[in-house]
Parts: sequence; C-alpha cells; structure tokens
Amino acid sequence: MVQLALPKNSRVGKGRHYAAPVGAKRVKTFKIYRYDPEGTENPRWDTYDVDVDACGPMLLDVLIHIKNHVDPTLTFRRSCREGVCGSCAMNIGGRNTLACTQGWEDVVGKEIQIAPLPSQPVVKDLVPDLTLFYAQYASIEPWLHTETPEPQTEWKQSETDRAKLDGLYECILCACCSTSCPSYWWNGEKYLGPATLLHAYRWLIDSRDESTGDRLDALEDPFKLYRCHTIMNCAQVCPKGLNPAKAIAEIKKMMVERVA
Amino acid sequence: MTEASPGVRERPLSPHLQVWRWHVTMAGSILHRGSLMALYVGALVLVGWLLSLASGPDGYAVYMALLGSPLGKLVLLGLTFALFFNLASMVRHMIWDVGKGFQPKFADTMTIASFVFAAVATAAVWLIAASTGAL
Repeated sequence: MVQLALPKNSRVGKGRHYAAPVGAKRVKTFKIYRYDPEGTENPRWDTYDVDVDACGPMLLDVLIHIKNHVDPTLTFRRSCREGVCGSCAMNIGGRNTLACTQGWEDVVGKEIQIAPLPSQPVVKDLVPDLTLFYAQYASIEPWLHTETPEPQTEWKQSETDRAKLDGLYECILCACCSTSCPSYWWNGEKYLGPATLLHAYRWLIDSRDESTGDRLDALEDPFKLYRCHTIMNCAQVCPKGLNPAKAIAEIKKMMVERVA
Repeated sequence: MTEASPGVRERPLSPHLQVWRWHVTMAGSILHRGSLMALYVGALVLVGWLLSLASGPDGYAVYMALLGSPLGKLVLLGLTFALFFNLASMVRHMIWDVGKGFQPKFADTMTIASFVFAAVATAAVWLIAASTGAL
C-alpha cells in the first residue's frame, strides 16, 4: 500500500550537533540518522562536523572515525570493507550503496546525509532489520533442483551456459536494490523485490537446474513478480553494477514464452 | 514484519521518499502512471463532448465555451501532454518488454527523450491549432 508519509513513531526529529575539533582544516558535515531502541524518543538527525583530513577516503572510514573519536554510540554494520560482504549497505546522499566503496568526496551536496536502507524496520541507527528480505530470498529456493540421478563426478555445464550466469552470480545480497524500489516500499510483503528476483532468474536460466517450470509457477502472481514497473532504481544503485531490472524483464519474457 | 522482542518498543520505519534523491527514470515511471490517470479524465471529457453534440446546438455551444475558457484550455493542454507522454512511455515500455534498453544510461536517455517528445509534440499541436485559428 502506498504510504507517502512515515508513521508517527518513525518521523525523524532534529538531533544533536557535534562540532569539528579546533584546528581542523577541512571540515565536512555528515547528517546521520540515529535511533535508540532503548530510549523513548523518535529517531533523529545528528550532524557531525568531521575533520576529513583525519579520515580515509571512504564513507565507511568516516563512520569508523566518528565512532572511534567523536561518538562511540553510533551503530552500523560493517565487515569486509571491500564491497564483497554487503554489510555496510545504507542510504548515502539519497542513494543506496555500500559505505566501504563510496568515496565521501564523490557524494554530491555540501552536507552528506546518511540513513539506513529505506522503508525497513530500524533496529538501531543505521542497522535495518532485513528478516523479510532474507525470508524472500529463501522462498525462491536458491539452490540447484535436480531429478536426474547425481552424476559420478560433477554436474557439467558448457562455457556458453555458464556465461549466462554472469551479471547474476555476483550479487552479494546487500539489499541496496530491493530497498531502493518504490514498488518494494509500498508492497514489500507481497512483491519479492529486485534482489530476490535477480536470484530467481539466476536459477531459472541455470542449464543444470531441472525445475524451471515449477520455479516459474511459483512466480506467476500479480504481486511477487509483476509489481516491477521498471522504475529502474535497482539498476541505478547496485554497487556491483548488476541489473536486476533486466533480470526481471527476462523472467517476464520466460512467462510469455512458455505459454506461446 | 518481524515482531520486536518483548520489552523493546515497535521499530520505526526508515525514511524512504523523505531521503531519496530522485532520478529521471523514477520521475518517468510515476508520470507514466499520472498520464494514464489523466487520460481517463480525457476519455470523460471526450464523452462529454459527444453527449453535448447529441444534445443539440445549445448544449454543444455551452460545452465548447467551457472547453474554450482559459481553464478548459489548460486542461486540454495538460491532456495533450499526457497523451504524447503516454505514447512515448508506452514505446519505452515496449522496448523494455522485449528485454532491451536496460543499461542505466540508455534508460535515462529514453526517459528524457519521452519528456522531450511530449513537450515538442504538444507545442506542435497547439501551434498548429493556433495558426489555423482553432484556439
């Protein structure tokens, strides 16, 4: 359901301001979404004037700098710091991306706004609850389905068939795309969203998979698949440069082709 | 949505439209839907015109005066734009439906082209209308 405004408990108020240390030469302002689950207040925007000369080049470096030197209560997920784990996915400057691969100098605007991935329940600060997202991923049964007896060695695949998985297998499930999608914002519980559908397609075109028909049956639903209206936010934001919108279009094509 | 554990208050929803930086394809998508809704209204305007025509010269004159008023012209101008934008948008979606044109840059260009086409075609129609004295 379309809900343009945020619910009452989710409206973001004004928060604290943390001034830059005395003597800082280059200062940039970071406006960060804060929410304390143990308090009683609504979420708030805290602003941090950061001495960027003391930070590394990436947005994640700035967050770690703030946590270490300015405000230890700031909470966010991070792990690999090189764009393969997907933990530090968040909304930076109005677009979802990974904090570890986003240079803060490349974010447009004087003040850099950082929020959790959009339209998700917030656990704390920049940490969203992605339970639904993972459940949707599990629902497409992202593993090889076979009926023929298992071969003595391995399941063989030609180079051409293997190449069909390029642009799909690289997905790290960071949820940048799904939470960028207005269709997913309004119908997140019924529409599977770009990431899950990209994976659905990854198994649909796998030459070794033997349940293509069943997989398509499971997606034949006005919401699960067809809520994609090609808004293209997913392809615009994917930090791995993948194109969920195209994968979804390919599934829609498969649906038509199997009837024809 | 997942239940919060006992003792923890209900989790807030993270901001979406409030923080999002708009993109041309996103604007194109919502305007596509908007133009469809406008065309529903346009269909009613057309039916109204037919009804007025059927009702006789007086009714027709009143309806035409209504459409010819500044407000009526504004509505018709909007409908012209909606019609052309919808046409261009449908072509864009047809290209997408065959699985082409998904490169972000290309999708941007197609969407911008839809806006430009709608603006130019609307201007052309109204200029022709003005030059033939139809306005």
